[in-house]
Amino acid sequence: MLMDIQQHARELGLGLDLFSCIQCGKCTGGCPVSMTTALNVRSLVYGALIGDIAGPVHREELWDCTCCFTCVERCPKDVRPAEVIIALRSLLVEEGKVPSTIGNALMGIFRQGNPLGYAREDRTAWMDGLEVKPAQEGCETLLFTCCSSAYDIRAQAATKALVRVLKAAGVDFGHLGTEETCCGNEVRRLGEMGLFEMLVEEGKPLLEEVGAAQMVTTSPHCMNTFRHEYKLGMDVLHYTQWLVRLLEQGRLNLTGRVEKVVTYHDPCFLGKQNGIFDEPREVLKAIPGVKFVEMDRIRERSLCCEGGGGRMWFEGTNTEGRLAFQRVQEAADTGAEILAVACPFCMAMLDDAVKVKGLSERLKVMDIAELVAMAL
Amino acid sequence: MLAKPRIGVYICHCGTNIAATVDVGAVTEFAATLPGVAVARNYTYMCSEPGQALIKEDARTLGLNRVVVAACSPRMHEPTFRSASQEGGVNPYQFEMANIREQCSWVHHDRHEATEKAQALVYAAVMKAARLEPLEEREAPVTPAALVIGGGVAGIVAALDIADAGFPVYLVEQSDHLGGRVAELNRTFPDLEPVSEWLPALVDRVQRHPNISVYLNSRVAGITGFVGNFEATVEPVGVGLAPALGRPQGSPLQVGAIVIATGYNVFDPRLKPEFGYGLYPQVVTTLELEHRLASGDLAVNGKTPKEVVFIKCVGSRDQQLGRPYCSRVCCMISAKQAQLVRQALPDSRVTVFYMDVRTFGKRGEEFYDEARRVGVRYRRGNVSEIFRRGDRVVVRVEDTLLGRTLEHEADLVVLAVGMDPRPEATDIAALLKLPRSADGFFLEAHPKLRPVDTAVDGVFLAGCCQGPKDIPDTIAQAKAAASSALIPLMRGVVPMEAATAIVDPELCAGCGMCVEICPYGAPALDPLWGVSRVNAVLCKGCGACAVTCPSKAIRLQHFTPDQILAQVEALVGW
Ligand SMILES: Cc1cc2nc3c(=O)[nH]c(=O)nc-3n(C[C@H](O)[C@H](O)[C@H](O)COP(=O)(O)OP(=O)(O)OC[C@H]3O[C@@H](n4cnc5c(N)ncnc54)[C@H](O)[C@@H]3O)c2cc1C
Ligand code: SF4
Ligand code: SF4
Ligand code: SF4
Ligand code: SF4
Repeated sequence: MLMDIQQHARELGLGLDLFSCIQCGKCTGGCPVSMTTALNVRSLVYGALIGDIAGPVHREELWDCTCCFTCVERCPKDVRPAEVIIALRSLLVEEGKVPSTIGNALMGIFRQGNPLGYAREDRTAWMDGLEVKPAQEGCETLLFTCCSSAYDIRAQAATKALVRVLKAAGVDFGHLGTEETCCGNEVRRLGEMGLFEMLVEEGKPLLEEVGAAQMVTTSPHCMNTFRHEYKLGMDVLHYTQWLVRLLEQGRLNLTGRVEKVVTYHDPCFLGKQNGIFDEPREVLKAIPGVKFVEMDRIRERSLCCEGGGGRMWFEGTNTEGRLAFQRVQEAADTGAEILAVACPFCMAMLDDAVKVKGLSERLKVMDIAELVAMAL
Repeated sequence: MLAKPRIGVYICHCGTNIAATVDVGAVTEFAATLPGVAVARNYTYMCSEPGQALIKEDARTLGLNRVVVAACSPRMHEPTFRSASQEGGVNPYQFEMANIREQCSWVHHDRHEATEKAQALVYAAVMKAARLEPLEEREAPVTPAALVIGGGVAGIVAALDIADAGFPVYLVEQSDHLGGRVAELNRTFPDLEPVSEWLPALVDRVQRHPNISVYLNSRVAGITGFVGNFEATVEPVGVGLAPALGRPQGSPLQVGAIVIATGYNVFDPRLKPEFGYGLYPQVVTTLELEHRLASGDLAVNGKTPKEVVFIKCVGSRDQQLGRPYCSRVCCMISAKQAQLVRQALPDSRVTVFYMDVRTFGKRGEEFYDEARRVGVRYRRGNVSEIFRRGDRVVVRVEDTLLGRTLEHEADLVVLAVGMDPRPEATDIAALLKLPRSADGFFLEAHPKLRPVDTAVDGVFLAGCCQGPKDIPDTIAQAKAAASSALIPLMRGVVPMEAATAIVDPELCAGCGMCVEICPYGAPALDPLWGVSRVNAVLCKGCGACAVTCPSKAIRLQHFTPDQILAQVEALVGW
């Protein structure tokens, strides 16, 4: 068994081209969970490099990685350290050694096309009374809703708000309805490569058949995998990018006012990983009445909410020091009344943290789409 | 009509380098049977005195008119054997080399096959040699003056050496003062000597030197010509800036050699947003700290710092930023400044975060020892990010030796910024057709053997324009560039390549494709006749024009079609 792992570690080093690593520590130094958990991505890279990862199988902290990719973005030697974690996770997946909650999420995706394990038929429940055109009839823009955006009650509100905004702008968009299936972004990051490949194989033709010119996603996570891993024959935008365009083109007019002090939390998959920092801010600043304030740790230095990489379905080995707790305190300290988000995972993590930290009176977590809808 | 060939062929053993793999005796016997060969011999070291004597002796006694040596690469010993041939009375251009070492013995194991290949290479060389024409080496006169571009320490030292040797020097500096970056420094490693104690004296000597004309606020706008005979136009930078010193500008400067000493830029840490430079007053660069150390004011937001952090390799060793190189000075700069901070603020705690400590120069390691001795703490880890906490900043870093991630609070963070090539180097490179390496610094002609020469004869490099270096290395290189520049100036003449391209005016259609392709600007269309003409002084004999010319009007001497084809036929027919 040990021999096996060492062999595998060596192959990992070769396969992931880790040999430029100089063990500088920049990856671990920036890793959001490196201070609160046993996860040390630099030392995992080292283990893979020298062909010696003693018993990663028993290291629960491998599941602590949020796949924020801060380590990947910062590495001066163009190593992709987080990929080592993903590869080690896939070893564990192959052996079935997966935390039960993650196992359930993967099973849910396999059976029902969503990690929550809800019935596929209920994927469009959020649409009630909204009349969303089926994409199968043809549309310019394909709206892709993240599983959270479709099923999670809090996130649904944001999805509905976005649809109202798009309707007000009079744009032609459609939705795949109950055929829509999990994008698999977290599946790949959990190391379940077989399931991910299946999702791509089935999802790609389904998405491309619509013949839309572009896809717009509610979540940066879906956008990320569609952009970089599906290699689709259409542009993939995050909804804030589209809203900026619609505002610029004068198709979206905001006549209402939102007299609030608002700050914004950069999602790792939108900001660090895809360089989309300005558009969400531009949308917020375009809302009449909004007084926009910034926190200190923003953009490339934004603090991860800990919702990515499968952490939505895994508490983590340290349940005390959640980063979301720290984050909402930072938001509250700016004097903001609203902490705006642009990702359903951030919404879930931060909304929960506001409650736990007893900040509900002072701070409300809202999706950018909801704020825009308030100004229609 | 060429004289009937009488060829001498010499096979070298190169000790055992060749002889161990190639049967030199068999090659010699074979060579003796080839048409036109008057004598074939082998010897242990052809490049040695007795080896060369063999050639000279045979040439005289047997009346040779061609020589072939089968040995190492012509890059190594072609000049040696050319002059041996010449001394024996053979035209040096009727000499040919077969490389049976790099192309044969060093890359093959099988003795039989290696011997066959060596024979083939010798056969081809003999076939070419039989068709070689005698060429004449000429010389061009040299203008006895030099141009130095850039007035940092590199430019200053190069100018002084050339001027001290008795030649006029034009020193062109774009800013309003001499001294370059060093003029901004406080004290220098490894002796912590104040810059004020040595730089002003050097600058003063330049300004008083009867042989040096300084052009401040000036830049070089155009350069034409070639080694020994350059012509440079100098113009003021910006409008309304009069030259503070020197003679009236406008008339072009005539010089025989050029030294480029345009220096470097400091890396702009805004390109690494994780450090919050420009956002936090606590975060400064090493260059800014030099200014603060000079003024003695180290306070941040009016308070004396207690926790000081240095971050190394900012903008160096960074593939993401396209700066894979080590800047070579920032380890020493950090050690220097950390010591000076400890001196200035004895109550402070100073921590240097590093990936590696590269204090390799003379007295460098001792200087690093001294830094630790005076209380500077070295912790291994490449800092990942900086953010604010109260009126301090937090440095987030893994101490890789402890395997522990820290949030290290600091009052002052110093970024040891690396060296960047100057953007203005692009203009100079374009003016002189000077190649640059992938990192943007000027490229030396050979990384080991010709460190201050460039691909352009008569143009030399000094200082950080060639790559990051400290002051001692900068000055050493400046002195080397000066003495190389003095070679043509002192000789008074420069040899010209004899194997140049010649245009047949009857065949030339005047399309100008050769003018475009030539990397040295040698061919030009004659305004009167509309046909191309190659300036033999500029031509390096690269042959690019000859293969480009659609009318086959260009003949590259020493590599003519019948010479090359004879060589190819020998190999193909083997
Ligand atoms: C913070 C810091 C501290 C340092 N401390 C030390 C130390 O303690 N000890 C040490 O040995 N080294 C030190 N160095 C390194 C030192 O600065 C360099 O070794 C030195 O400056 C190199 O000199 P140079 O003449 O090659 O380049 P530069 O100093 O850059 O000078 C180049 C000159 O050329 C001029 N120029 C550029 N382009 C043109 C153009 N097109 N036309 C005309 N003029 C042009 C520039 O204006 C400049 O005056 C330090 C460097 C830094 C950044
Ligand atoms: S940041 Fe890159 S080079 Fe540095 S330790 Fe991590 S993987 Fe290795
Ligand atoms: S992806 Fe994020 S959480 Fe995972 S190891 Fe890298 S920095 Fe840490
Ligand atoms: S000299 Fe030292 S600080 Fe500078 S780039 Fe090299 S290793 Fe880094
Ligand atoms: S041989 Fe080369 S250097 Fe000479 S003129 Fe032709 S292209 Fe220019």
